Amino acid sequence: MHLVSQLLFALFFSAGVYLFSKRVRAIRRNVLLGKDDGARTDRPMRRFKQMALFALGQKKLFKRPVPALLHLLIYVGFILINIELIEIVADGLLGKHRVLAPLLGPAYAYFIGFFEILALGVILSCVSFLWRRNVVKVNRFHKREMKGWPSLDANLILVIEIALVGSFLLMNAADLQLQSAGKEGYVPTGPFVVSSLVSPLFSGVSDSTLVAIERGLWWFHILGILFFLNYVTYSKHLHIMMAFPNTFYGDLDTAAGKMKNMPEVQAEVALMMDPEGAFSANAAPPPERFGAQDVGDLSWKNILDAYSCTECGRCTAVCPANKTGKLLSPRKIMMDTRDRAEVLGRAHDRHGPGHHDGKHLLGNYISQEELLACTTCNACVEECPVNINPLDIILQMRRHLVMDQAQAPAEWNSMFSNVENNMAPWAFPASDRFAWANNIPTANQNKNA
Amino acid sequence: MSSIQVPTMAQMAANGQTPDVLFWVGCAGSFDQRAQKITKAFVKILHHFGISYAVLGGEEMCTGDPARRAGNEMVFQMMAQQNIATLNGYGVKKIVTACPHCFNTLKNEYPDLGGVYEVLHHTQFLQQMIDTGRIQLREGGVFKGKKITFHDPCYLARANGEYQAPRALLERLDAELIEMENSRQRGMCCGAGGAQIFKESEKGDMEVHHKRADEALGTGAHIIAASCPFCTLMITDGIKHREKEAQVKVMDVAELIAQAEDL
Repeated sequence: MHLVSQLLFALFFSAGVYLFSKRVRAIRRNVLLGKDDGARTDRPMRRFKQMALFALGQKKLFKRPVPALLHLLIYVGFILINIELIEIVADGLLGKHRVLAPLLGPAYAYFIGFFEILALGVILSCVSFLWRRNVVKVNRFHKREMKGWPSLDANLILVIEIALVGSFLLMNAADLQLQSAGKEGYVPTGPFVVSSLVSPLFSGVSDSTLVAIERGLWWFHILGILFFLNYVTYSKHLHIMMAFPNTFYGDLDTAAGKMKNMPEVQAEVALMMDPEGAFSANAAPPPERFGAQDVGDLSWKNILDAYSCTECGRCTAVCPANKTGKLLSPRKIMMDTRDRAEVLGRAHDRHGPGHHDGKHLLGNYISQEELLACTTCNACVEECPVNINPLDIILQMRRHLVMDQAQAPAEWNSMFSNVENNMAPWAFPASDRFAWANNIPTANQNKNA
Repeated sequence: MSSIQVPTMAQMAANGQTPDVLFWVGCAGSFDQRAQKITKAFVKILHHFGISYAVLGGEEMCTGDPARRAGNEMVFQMMAQQNIATLNGYGVKKIVTACPHCFNTLKNEYPDLGGVYEVLHHTQFLQQMIDTGRIQLREGGVFKGKKITFHDPCYLARANGEYQAPRALLERLDAELIEMENSRQRGMCCGAGGAQIFKESEKGDMEVHHKRADEALGTGAHIIAASCPFCTLMITDGIKHREKEAQVKVMDVAELIAQAEDL
């Protein structure tokens, strides 16, 4: 009997890990659908520091202390409780029960007790988050782009987390009952701090039922974790992993206001303005397209950003366009980019590289109206806890819209021709540029009199 | 009544002179009537304190910022390359500008195209001049006891991390500085940037600049201080929208200083 469950465990465990690693490779491939943007591995110590501050240290989250503390409880709990996985996996593979208990002696109960306190914290936070989402209805969780799957995904994650740590507590509670009943195989460990309070729930339950409950919860817990491990890779919750590479590979020391140069346009204009060069036959061929029409035109870092987004909506909550009722939502830009990368990745798997479904990120996912509403104020960039840059994507798509598709609004076209002809965005004659300097009186004459 | 003669780089070069700093006026500061007042106020300050400066005058062109942010890289490159040729031709080392959009483009985007200068926003420049004792402002004065709130321009604040210099200048006015709920890193845009000021806004519930003006009015301040000609225009319009222009003034930090100095 032991052998069968050991084999089953090994089978489930390796299947879970295998599927997860397959997904990781697919996501990596999807990220690399993006264009070269350098390796972003220069100054590694600075990069590790950035990662430590923003991903590990959650520096930006603490601008809002209440959700930050609740988030911290889940985060610490999630990481530390998973240490207990070592024992669960060892037990599962070796067909043992609580293999670490004899090794750790009296300290074992303290370890488990510590995990149980963390588990309680996780439940508390998850319930608070469910409350904020569904009862308080915090505004940023209920924007247009959150309808349907994104909201369900968010709630599912919280429910699954409660179920996972809840099963851990209940399993321990049943275990304590079996220990006190002296059931064979259930080594006495001493009481665990939280589950000993829950364990009276199981008093009067027969030993065989208790064993079934304890074993059932044990399997539920580990299979749940393996399921969740894979679920996360299809979910917005992937930020628990992606926050780390995303902050590591993020910009260092670049002013947020700087737009990336387009060397191919620079060269073309330089050639145009050079009277001899204009007729040279050495002009470089024009690029395949200007700006970004689809995910493949973005940089790999833009796509990594998209996979790091957990749809918290802090960006959208501070977006001046969104705050005044416009369609633009920086969060939706990131969600669309990720969704499109997923679609292209799946098409790649099914039909091989080069297949095209006739759709594009610009047009089929993100509309012109959204892109045009951006004031480039950088509020979304500043706000993102994991340093995602929606503005960079918006601006690359505007470049495509205006230069490639010639879809600029008429007023912008007038502005462009004013700049080109009058050297100013308005239709004033360039000869009036210095007219302001006529008649500036010197310091108050009355005072000097 | 005598008037200030604003020196140009061309005149200076003809006389074999080089100013300490080039004042980059920008399109708004050159052409818009409201923004011209900011330009004049800053020139009065430069003149009053005997700072060696010059402007490009008719040789200045749009930096290309609105075209670039609207997606038209061609027009941006045309402007940028011509401006850089002019600036490098005069051997310009240091630039000060009262427009955060020009500031950002000159400082962060021209270097990629071969235009490398030390670029300061006028609030940073004035703060440096005060810190080094180059200029001394009067104590107290006309703004004593007035309530002033400061609106952070996106392209000075978040885009370039400068939150302190304009506030430090305002503190010298002896006024009561009140912060809006959304200020500094979380300051809300006036709605002009990203070439928005050059077109109608997209469909929504309200205009961005109306909302920002409401936030500023909510502080009960007598003066809304700005440090960007576009913010000044947008918020002034928002104040008019609420018919508060008689009670509340929108002024650039340079205008406030010029007024405090009775220039």
